[in-house]
Amino acid sequence: MESGPRLDLNLVVATVNGSGSQSANLILTRSIFGMGIPVAPKNVFPSNIEGLPTWFFLRASSAGHQAGRRLADLLVALNRATFQQDLVRLEEGGVLIYEEAFGEPATDRAVIAYPVPFAKLAKQVAPEPDMRKYLANMIYVGVVAETLGIPQGFLEAAVSRQFRTKPSALGANLEAISLGRTYFRDNLTKRDPLSVSQGEPILDKLLLEGNQAVALGALMGGCTVFGWYPITPSSSVADHLTALAGRLRVDPLTGERRIAIVQAEDELAAAGMVIGAGWAGARAMTATSGPGISLMAEFVGLAYYAEIPAVFADIQRVGPSTGLPTRTMQGDLSFVYTLSHGDTRHPILLPGTVLEAYTFTQEAFDLAERLQTPIFVLSDLDLGMNLWMSDPPQYPTHGFDRGKVLREEDLQRMSRFERYRDVDGDGIPARTLPGTRHPLAAYFTRGSGHDEAARYTESEEVYPRVLERLGRKLAAAVGRLPKPVETGDPDAEVGIIAYGSSDAAVLEARVELAAKGMGTAYLRIRSLPPGPEVGAFLQRHSVVYLVEQNRDAQMLQILRAELDPQLTGRIRSVLHFDGFPLFAADVTDLILADNQARADRPPLLVASSLGGGA
Amino acid sequence: MAVGARTNLLGLSRDDYKGLATTLCAGCGHNSITNHLVKALFESGVDPYRLAKMSGIGCSSKATAYFMERSHAFNAVHGRMPAVTTGAALANRQLIYLGISGDGDTASIGLGQFCHLVRRNLDCTYVVENNGVYGLTKGQFSATADIGSVQKRGTVNELETIDIAALAVQLGASFVARSFSGDGAQLVPLLRAALAHRGAAILDVISPCVTFNDHQGSTKSYQYLKDHDRVLQELDFIPAQEEVSVSYEPGQVVDVPLFDGSHLRLRKLNDDHDPTDRLAALTVLDEGRRSGEVVTGLLYVNQGATDFCSRERLPDAPLRDLGEAQLRPSPQAFQDLVDSWR
Repeated sequence: MESGPRLDLNLVVATVNGSGSQSANLILTRSIFGMGIPVAPKNVFPSNIEGLPTWFFLRASSAGHQAGRRLADLLVALNRATFQQDLVRLEEGGVLIYEEAFGEPATDRAVIAYPVPFAKLAKQVAPEPDMRKYLANMIYVGVVAETLGIPQGFLEAAVSRQFRTKPSALGANLEAISLGRTYFRDNLTKRDPLSVSQGEPILDKLLLEGNQAVALGALMGGCTVFGWYPITPSSSVADHLTALAGRLRVDPLTGERRIAIVQAEDELAAAGMVIGAGWAGARAMTATSGPGISLMAEFVGLAYYAEIPAVFADIQRVGPSTGLPTRTMQGDLSFVYTLSHGDTRHPILLPGTVLEAYTFTQEAFDLAERLQTPIFVLSDLDLGMNLWMSDPPQYPTHGFDRGKVLREEDLQRMSRFERYRDVDGDGIPARTLPGTRHPLAAYFTRGSGHDEAARYTESEEVYPRVLERLGRKLAAAVGRLPKPVETGDPDAEVGIIAYGSSDAAVLEARVELAAKGMGTAYLRIRSLPPGPEVGAFLQRHSVVYLVEQNRDAQMLQILRAELDPQLTGRIRSVLHFDGFPLFAADVTDLILADNQARADRPPLLVASSLGGGA
Repeated sequence: MAVGARTNLLGLSRDDYKGLATTLCAGCGHNSITNHLVKALFESGVDPYRLAKMSGIGCSSKATAYFMERSHAFNAVHGRMPAVTTGAALANRQLIYLGISGDGDTASIGLGQFCHLVRRNLDCTYVVENNGVYGLTKGQFSATADIGSVQKRGTVNELETIDIAALAVQLGASFVARSFSGDGAQLVPLLRAALAHRGAAILDVISPCVTFNDHQGSTKSYQYLKDHDRVLQELDFIPAQEEVSVSYEPGQVVDVPLFDGSHLRLRKLNDDHDPTDRLAALTVLDEGRRSGEVVTGLLYVNQGATDFCSRERLPDAPLRDLGEAQLRPSPQAFQDLVDSWR
């Protein structure tokens, strides 16, 4: 895919929310991807149904970078309200395509501007106003295609795919695209150097959203009860799962469904349903975001203490409180890690790619049933709601691990069953499911103090004993969790640690740093509690940057609590929390600045733009 | 089952339906309800291995420990028994779900969950042991305290009451009854009918709190119930296996057929209440509210309503028993799916 001329193009479309630009943006994305050019599309949208500004970023790079870039090489400005501000999103010397009716762009930057009368052209293709806004977007697809030289065949393929369930819309959309192309050809002269050229088709990748991948993980992980409450940016997990279940979990003869997907009355109930179902022996899951996770805290404590399997996907958004509901952040990490009052700690899986969003969600069900505890999959809006170029998901290689469940025939051979007795020495007791036909089977599940036989107790001996066993259970579980991925030079002075959706930006930043002469090693944490690999990595590198998308260096706080302070003292935080996805420059610039500062100043001083560290 | 038989259909004795010794106060109405539950479950021959006892938090919710020790129980968090029960029922609809809750658990902290369980018509028996006060936290009014009711320390409740039975009827519950912990002759057949009903069966059982709400001025005391219980019907539960052969005067006796083939026989007393008429149920409850009477008996029943798991089109076999073969598509179907995303 890197055979052609090296390409790194950043297209930004500034438009109004609710104007139906999503189809147009997808068509541009798939057309360019169809040409054999790696793409990374990102929507930056408001918490609004209609009227507020929204931006679409489309990075096309022969190197296959999956992070976005802040400044546009090509800006399509279609939002009158933000027209002037949007100009600052344009690179010096960039190309501006804008609605002619907005008037001349006022900017002191050198821009190559192409005014296009989109509204007037839209009236030509759509005399009736309700279709006009949609088709107006297709006109910019045509203009951009003509500017960049996207062959018509790729556009047609992408349009057909977009409207495959609505073939009647095909003609009007293609006509609008042609109108855009023709307008550019007949009325404007290309003065910019931007172009895309066809490469080898990228057959081994597809475009997937993290939430779609989580839903696929739920399907393949054997989820049978999914309780949820609508909340951005997690709702599309339920939408995707509903679509998958409709296709693959309905008996074609009887119409019976092999999954219950229940929209609950709130997140409390969603969590309660999942825990009730897990108690009764089903693989159960919910998907939510920060405010929902806050509401679920009480139930998560119950599931931890009563040892009930459950899977929680938290698609993080910007908090605290309502925060920025449609912007991305890694802000729930420390809250989720010890969610609930009292002493708790939960295994957290941290997918860094959409493929991991699939595999980790699937594995979460095995872990939940094996460990009999809530398992969290922490994704975020960037990973969850944007399309990412990915290797195709693979069919699972192993069956379900249903954990320690004693059935009637097992109890037959036993003289005694105690629900919370650690018989195997791994901290994990065996459970029975309600409905087991044996006199030993029943036990009383409670969130109040209980002994090994599940009897109520307030004993000062029993309570700490049970709690310590729960601690041992989690400690022993670390080996079952996804291990960190380590790349780069193990002898490099500088190491970088990151997790989750920061991966793409960090990978690109490492290339940029290497170009500036800074070789780095990279460790991506994929689960909590941290495994021994994290400490070993810190041991090997004298300066370690920990990249996080939050203000308070939440991963650093956790590592400080879990690891040798001598080692965590080497960590310097690179923090990003403006609600935008992390871009490589956010990482590169801060690391270079800090590295310069370290050269200039005594080593223990921290650059003001960095948190933590020292 | 013949009256006084020592074993039931399953060959189990009444002792097989007992649980741990109660830790509630002596004389607590909840203990009477527990005894009536034991009787009803024993007489109906409920299989202990099929019963799941569900509860929230409070004195009432502790009661699940005091009967049917051979059944699994889940004492959840405050006000959240409905969601936990819903999830469990989705996982295994073959079990019989018996929820025990209180007035704080249901009418305050759990009001939303209660409403949505009713709205979903989840197949379960939901007993509210309603004493109008918070016991474990020492006697605060609950939301079911009647307006004008006097707290032990003399405070008068000036807020409107939440009538759990009226609310359930209004929300479309398919089985609603009210009873009194001291009236086993009424409560036992109602419990048996509720267990036989398919859908959400809501039983609001007034259950005096001897410690905090059994004094002069309380409208949930033993004495008040003795003086103000307006019993709608005399009730008999007729199991499915027994012939309905008794002759009766038309208009005086009504047989309510239940899902499993059993019947609840109502002998009308002073009221001419039609339990299949939702509006009549609301009317008679409102009459009681105005007159200060506690209206008890079968208030409303609708055998035609679809229960939640059926509406979700779940198979009869528990979802929890399905394995990879039923839950994962074939490798080819998986590949087709992934290819459709290209």
